Amino acid sequence: MNVLTQIRRNDQPIYLDYQATTPMDPRVLEAMMPYFTHQFGNPHSRSHSYGWEAEEGVEKARGQVAKLIGADEKEVIFTSGATESNNLAIRGVAEFYKDRKNHIVTTVTEHKCVLDTCRHLEQSGFEVTYLPVQKNGLIDLEALRAAVTDKTVVVSVMAVNNEIGVIQPLAEIGKICREKKAFFHTDAAQAVGKIALDVEAMNIDLMSISGHKIYGPKGIGALYVRRKPRVRLVPLIVGGGQERGFRSGTLPTPLCVGLGEAAEIAMNEMEGEGKRLAKLQARMLKGLQDRLPEIFINGDLEHRIPGNLNISFAYVEGESLMMGIKNLAVSSGSACTSASLEPSYVLRALGVEEELAHTSLRIGLGRFTTEHEVDTAVDELVRHVKKLREMSPLWEMAQEGIDIKSIEWAAH
Amino acid sequence: MAYSDKLIDHYENPRNIGSLDKSSEDVGTGLVGAPACGDVMKLQIKVGADGLIEDAKFKTFGCGSAIASSSLVTEWVKGKTIDEAETIKNTDIAKHLALPPVKIHCSVLAEDAIKAAIADYRAKTKKAE
Repeated sequence: MNVLTQIRRNDQPIYLDYQATTPMDPRVLEAMMPYFTHQFGNPHSRSHSYGWEAEEGVEKARGQVAKLIGADEKEVIFTSGATESNNLAIRGVAEFYKDRKNHIVTTVTEHKCVLDTCRHLEQSGFEVTYLPVQKNGLIDLEALRAAVTDKTVVVSVMAVNNEIGVIQPLAEIGKICREKKAFFHTDAAQAVGKIALDVEAMNIDLMSISGHKIYGPKGIGALYVRRKPRVRLVPLIVGGGQERGFRSGTLPTPLCVGLGEAAEIAMNEMEGEGKRLAKLQARMLKGLQDRLPEIFINGDLEHRIPGNLNISFAYVEGESLMMGIKNLAVSSGSACTSASLEPSYVLRALGVEEELAHTSLRIGLGRFTTEHEVDTAVDELVRHVKKLREMSPLWEMAQEGIDIKSIEWAAH
Repeated sequence: MAYSDKLIDHYENPRNIGSLDKSSEDVGTGLVGAPACGDVMKLQIKVGADGLIEDAKFKTFGCGSAIASSSLVTEWVKGKTIDEAETIKNTDIAKHLALPPVKIHCSVLAEDAIKAAIADYRAKTKKAE
């Protein structure tokens, strides 16, 4: 029925990490193939049909991406991915308008590539306000309104969080930014193709898009840059002046075509797929909650994409749980930081206590996730959480009625 | 991260999980680590009349390496005197399980847990005398 069997070998674990990356949809690969071989031309070549064909492929893709977010195709530029898009959007506007404005507003739960770009800009003299988030992971709009000044050049707030899947109130943020005459940039890597986005209705001036989060290829992304009113950027990469001068370099035609195809598929299937995933998400949550006490959802459940769950399994350390559930590919914290022993900064920003943050797993559902896989995952999680709780001194204390907080632990 | 077969075996088939009566005179209990750091080990030893450790039990909240380290030391301390058990070094644990560098603290915690259990046992027997 679906292409899952073509994608996953039988000896591989069930893939439940769709916020880390997604497999490429076979339809996307099919659209890309000709551009690797006989339609190999340089899309910037103007003197022969090889170039024209490649250009046609790229421009069709640009239109497909634009349509998905309600933009004009002239407003979409291709990049190497959302990390580059985020770097270019924030650094690009900051540098361009630095004579007039020197302030940036962002949030503490942004992706590292946004936070790190802001840190770098701080070192070159910009001021950055890192807005806290509420317990549910969403920003406080009044706090945002208060933070934006006449010196604020850009407000960068992610559309959907990569760890907890919560959806920020984009239209309301856009309205505030427009009133205050600050540009609104959103890192929409986790949102595009999953929730309806409209750059006009939401007053979005800059939007970062990723290919591999929407069943497209890795190594390609896009940045939406508004033309009316015009947003200007200093490019990060200079050279031949491609992509309206914002991003020089020969476009990778097959990757652009893949991103375009992925965008079109996502647009056509968003509604039905959203409903299907919401059912799977509810099924997984109910399956776990019915059989396991003391599990906690991190982040707002209502304002959330249906393909994400982030759950703390109290008294069971996340890494040991992942080691147990060998047949499931999930992550604890974000994939970028899961090599470190620190609990996730996103969960800490929500005010999740450290002991609970250590027990959290991120479970990502997606286009190729089946009901059967969800049921298998629930069984496996329940079995291992129970086993590890039997081994947990904290679970034992909790059962004996000892308050773990009353003990004076020696930090190490 | 690739773990050694020995480590995985101790994680999947942990030895001596459980609890001994912590109020008993011949049981020493060590509770080390902190929930906020992601590791808590409880290690208990039961010392026979002959001065040998006749039983050891553990419960651990922590990563697979922490679970394996505590499982391993319960095996090692059994049949030893408390003086002998006290000489178990974290480096031996780390070497036996081939712990990766970022997991060395798990073996340190396991050594601390034995020492804490022994200290508790000694404090009890001293009081009894």
